Amino acid sequence: MERTIRVLVAKPGLDGHDRGAKVIARALRDAGMEVIYTGLRQTPQQIVNAAIQEDVDCVAISILSGAHNTLLPKVVDLLRDEDASDILVVGGGVIPGEDIPFLKEKGISEVFTPGTTTDTTIEYIRNNVKRK
Amino acid sequence: MFDRDKLDDIRKAAELFEESTQKSIRKRPERKENFMSASGDEVGRVFSPVDVEDIDYMEELNFPGQYPYTRGVQPTMYRGRLWTMRMYAGFATAEASNERYKLLLAQGGSGLSVAFDLPTQIGYDSDHSLAEGEVGKVGVAIDSLKDMEILFGGIPLDKVSTSMTINAPAAVLLAMYIAVAEKQGVSMEKLRGTIQNDILKEYIARGTYIFPTEPSMRLITNIFEYCSENVPQWNTISISGYHIREAGSTAAQEVGFTLADGIAYVEAAIATGLDVDSFAPRLSFFFNSHNDLLEEISKFRAARRLWAKIMKERFNAKNPKSMMLKFHTQTGGSTLTAQQPDNNIVRVAIQTLAAVLGGTQSLHTNSRDEALALPTEDSVRIALRTQQIVAHESGVTNTVDPLAGSYFIESKTKDIEEQAYAYIKKIDELGGAPKAIDNGYIQQEIMDAAYRCQKDIETERAVVVGVNKFTVEEEPPKDLLRVDMSVGEGQKKKLQELKAERDSQAVEANLKALKKACEGDDNVMPFILEAVKSYATLGEICGVMREVFGEYQQSVRI
Repeated sequence: MERTIRVLVAKPGLDGHDRGAKVIARALRDAGMEVIYTGLRQTPQQIVNAAIQEDVDCVAISILSGAHNTLLPKVVDLLRDEDASDILVVGGGVIPGEDIPFLKEKGISEVFTPGTTTDTTIEYIRNNVKRK
Repeated sequence: MFDRDKLDDIRKAAELFEESTQKSIRKRPERKENFMSASGDEVGRVFSPVDVEDIDYMEELNFPGQYPYTRGVQPTMYRGRLWTMRMYAGFATAEASNERYKLLLAQGGSGLSVAFDLPTQIGYDSDHSLAEGEVGKVGVAIDSLKDMEILFGGIPLDKVSTSMTINAPAAVLLAMYIAVAEKQGVSMEKLRGTIQNDILKEYIARGTYIFPTEPSMRLITNIFEYCSENVPQWNTISISGYHIREAGSTAAQEVGFTLADGIAYVEAAIATGLDVDSFAPRLSFFFNSHNDLLEEISKFRAARRLWAKIMKERFNAKNPKSMMLKFHTQTGGSTLTAQQPDNNIVRVAIQTLAAVLGGTQSLHTNSRDEALALPTEDSVRIALRTQQIVAHESGVTNTVDPLAGSYFIESKTKDIEEQAYAYIKKIDELGGAPKAIDNGYIQQEIMDAAYRCQKDIETERAVVVGVNKFTVEEEPPKDLLRVDMSVGEGQKKKLQELKAERDSQAVEANLKALKKACEGDDNVMPFILEAVKSYATLGEICGVMREVFGEYQQSVRI
């Protein structure tokens, strides 16, 4: 039987806007995935620790504070340091389109901006997680 | 509101109308089976005197400036004075923000509203490891009195009123403001403004909490007490529904949860021995204004009426000012779209009308580009001009509460009041707002509403122009405002210089005295003020309080 996809929904930095993170978390869960939500104010290291401990297939990072160019690449780098580059990293939030190429170059697979449907995100994660 | 005989006639006519309409609907159906408000409440086809027959004018509406203030807190409202056009702003450094404030005042803005960056809001200095990447991003970075002196340089604090969106460390920022004023030769009694200081909604929805509930409530009541004696014109709290609504609540939840928070603050202050009329006149509120014009107008009126009743009946307030719900409004950030961002100007105009027809005391209008980044100067100007057009061209300010007596508005006002009251009763049963937050009840209710809202958009039950209908291919917008990464480095350097210059013995002594005050029962405000004046940093002061009080642990549920 196919293994259930496990996703860590993470809020990095000091940003308190968690509506999007919670909506996504619930939508992924309703789509049959196992979802762990970190809660607020996680450092990139805490996020990576949780991802490894929970053995997730995907880390979905929500950020609306403008600190994305600093914090998102850090998560990818730390995952690499932990030999966990097979974990898919996606991001979402108030992220200007012109920052997306930089984030992708840094290893964030996809960035979902305001107005994206939860189905789009669900499909993307389903099609892009690397099976273990 | 109508005599019996006439009502009977109207009731019969309404039945006939319903019958004949049903017939014609069978031939030509309406556009939708159910018409829903933005909050998901069903909206009836047509309203008549029958729908408001139980509403007693003198008891439930009365005239503006009279209990229960449904029609407004002042007798003349905008005929006397327009609302304060208060644009929330702040980014990068104190120098850059100071420039933006001067520009806003020169363009006819009538009050300042300071946005702080996240490290400041959470009580960390710019050189803290958790501040990395966040310095100056969503607001201005303030590490010490030195930054605050630059922020208000050249702005006479006896002439402007200043609102500061600061919560967990509100006491520290207020102390800095008082200290800057003192240096300008302006005494505390003359200061006018507001600190948000509403920790409960931080736990519920906004997330910039530091300390656990109990010491947080103590800090708040310390501020109430200190200001009632020393800064009498200062609004000591802005009890906020704004962020509750942004997190996804309905209009009725926004009112219910916000007033439940308000009740908790009043109870906490009374429990410390304060007389309700000594602090209640300085309580103020902060609401959201979304797109559903009629629902929003009704919401503001319902909030005013319900709070007046609570203050009079539950808390036995005697001073009418204690019963008046005065509020600031901000247009709905979450209603703005990243797609076709110029459309947001129209949304904001509708939301402005709702706030004004709902009787707001001050208003921030969002800028069209806020779903993308912090607003540019051009966008901010259009947002401010939107308020000025409503104020001076639309005519809605000529008479007070012009929609009163509308069958729909009065019926909806009553409906929202009843729904909100039901939430307050439920929260009372759970032991009050702090308990209902600790056990996650309030957050869960909001989350359920937020999820419904998202589903409605995805199934196109709700239309969002440019997002799920009337879409176009568009280029990603250019010329967004960006905050330079060098802001963080600059702040770090300033901190180093400050620490080398200041009298470190005085800092140490003042921090020690503050620690002792935190451990005991004294009002901490005078101790914070002394620490601030000796240039102790925000992070140092909050650090001392963290040591004594500990930190809040969020309950995480999805």
